Amino acid sequence: MKCFEYMGKELFAQFGIPVPSGRMVTTAEEAEKVAAEIGRPVVVKSQVLSGKRGKAGGIKFADTPEEAKDAAAEILSMTVQGHAVNRLLVEEKLKIESEIYVAITIDGASQAPVLITSAKGGMDIEEQAEEDIVKVHLDVFLGLQPYMAKDLARRIGLKGALAKGYSDVVQKMYRCMIEKDAELVEINPLVVSGDQVIAADAKVTIDDSALYRQKDIEYVDEDMTEIEKMARDAGIGSYVQLGGDIAVMANGAGITMGTLDMVQLFGGEPANFMDAGGGTGVEGTARAIEILLAQKPKVIFINIFGGITRCDDVAKALAYVKENKGIPVPVVVRMVGTNEEEGVKILQEVGIDAYRNMKEAAQKAVELSKAGEAQ
Amino acid sequence: MAILVNEQSKVLIQGITGKQGTFHLKRMQEFGTNVVAGVAPGKGGRIHEGVPLYETVFEAVEEHPIDATVLFIPAPYCKDAALEAIEAGIKVIVIITEHIPVMDELFIVNRAKMKGVTIIGPNTFGMASWKCKLGILPNVAFSQGPVGVVARSGTLTYEIVGSLTNVGIGQTSVVGLGGDRVPGTNFIDMLKLFEADPDTKAVVLVGEIGGNAEEEASEYIKTMSKPVIAYLAGKSAPPGKRMGHAGAIIERGKGTYEGKVKALTEAGAQVATFPYEVVDMIQKVLKK
Repeated sequence: MKCFEYMGKELFAQFGIPVPSGRMVTTAEEAEKVAAEIGRPVVVKSQVLSGKRGKAGGIKFADTPEEAKDAAAEILSMTVQGHAVNRLLVEEKLKIESEIYVAITIDGASQAPVLITSAKGGMDIEEQAEEDIVKVHLDVFLGLQPYMAKDLARRIGLKGALAKGYSDVVQKMYRCMIEKDAELVEINPLVVSGDQVIAADAKVTIDDSALYRQKDIEYVDEDMTEIEKMARDAGIGSYVQLGGDIAVMANGAGITMGTLDMVQLFGGEPANFMDAGGGTGVEGTARAIEILLAQKPKVIFINIFGGITRCDDVAKALAYVKENKGIPVPVVVRMVGTNEEEGVKILQEVGIDAYRNMKEAAQKAVELSKAGEAQ
Repeated sequence: MAILVNEQSKVLIQGITGKQGTFHLKRMQEFGTNVVAGVAPGKGGRIHEGVPLYETVFEAVEEHPIDATVLFIPAPYCKDAALEAIEAGIKVIVIITEHIPVMDELFIVNRAKMKGVTIIGPNTFGMASWKCKLGILPNVAFSQGPVGVVARSGTLTYEIVGSLTNVGIGQTSVVGLGGDRVPGTNFIDMLKLFEADPDTKAVVLVGEIGGNAEEEASEYIKTMSKPVIAYLAGKSAPPGKRMGHAGAIIERGKGTYEGKVKALTEAGAQVATFPYEVVDMIQKVLKK
């Protein structure tokens, strides 16, 4: 889960990382009030979960509270990269001497947290020359020790008070990452202002699997579509809306991808990616089928190779939805694996045939999706 | 033989009395797995489906020699359960559980590395080696034979292994690396074991878009004497979308379908466009 910038900065403040003074607001009047409290020039920043806010006009500077009010009103009426702006961050404008990049994330292949830093922050890190970037893998049992932080400061050319401020910040970022279950903690830029470093931005992504133990962090679902939110609320492992007319459900991320690949090979267009695997049960599967219907597809294609997902559960769910809510479009089911015979029998009772072969089922689903067009 | 475990291996199940633990214990027993003990806190001393229960892993290993353990433990408790199994000296640990916090995975996987323990998973169907199944893959899919299978995604593997079995081509071992960001074991670890296993005549690698595990595996495949057939899922996935597995994210041009196909092909592996093609390709290499 991606956090808004203001949430990231609130977390940083909890861990003692220096951030500009400021506050999140939702109205132009509040923005004026916060600017007056700060008493210096401010920056008004739209709080949306997309990058390049500045280029889109979502960040404005203001010298007086009145200007801050106008800037806030303007940004609140905008859409930034497709997101309506509902929240703003009003904070003091920093005097910027130079900009540092620092991020800690998880490198799955190396099975370790990795710290990436550069003395040339403020722009896209991936566009920088390899020799300007320092990358260090960390040992989870050692953590980020003070000597490591000091060495990082030296390697990006910081000295004296700045080196001390920087090494303090990176140690606190690491603590924030571990304690808050973050997958990413990024500051870009970490601004050098006098002999201090201050986090001018904050990107924090919390591990979705750890949200259960991070209850004090506000839940943000801004980057999901309405149907994606429905899927999340129904406990569907993974759902992505795609835009075609064949609604697809399979059990397991890999087979779902394989199913989409095959539908496309035969000339069809999947409406979505839905991995309803992991032993979802009858009720969960029934809700998943209702979500498929909510996309108003031409065909529903269900591809199950039962392991932990039981064919009879999927069949019961399909039968339930068909009998109680109705399924107005053709359903193609491919079903093999755990409790296959029971599943096929339940489907037959409600008049749905099941395929055993994935290829034949995919061809049939595509054929049915084209049937309407030919008439 | 097969890799990591076989019909002689003595197996523990942690979380054996839960709904999933009980269901898959029976399937594992039907498969031939020698389940010698289970751990179920609060139920020590009882017998569950013919298997003696213990309060802790330490207690179980005092009573039985144990070669491998399978975890059917809810995500919040997996870190502790896996660390306990590592400290108790079990050398193969299969973690079926999905949605384990990534920080917990880091601690499990790194502790295992320090202790020379093989972790299969997390978020995996597990593995099967001849008459020993550790996990949840359907028994019908698997048969004994000359092909080693290593995969990042589960259900797709059943698909491929099932179609191999249907044409009479069995497997030495089938291993699921799991779909999480921090897998305990990678392709290279398993390819090395298959290369060294005299009964494995050819290997199937099931990969997917995202990450660079397939590219890294390609470097090792160059040195292998056995033929490798690969299938990669996610050809049609839109860039930047998250396809279930945290690793399956196409970012900045890395981990693309095309890049992986190129790396594998250059390493001498054959890449199937669709799962059912794997069978024909394996039939051809086995005839040679």
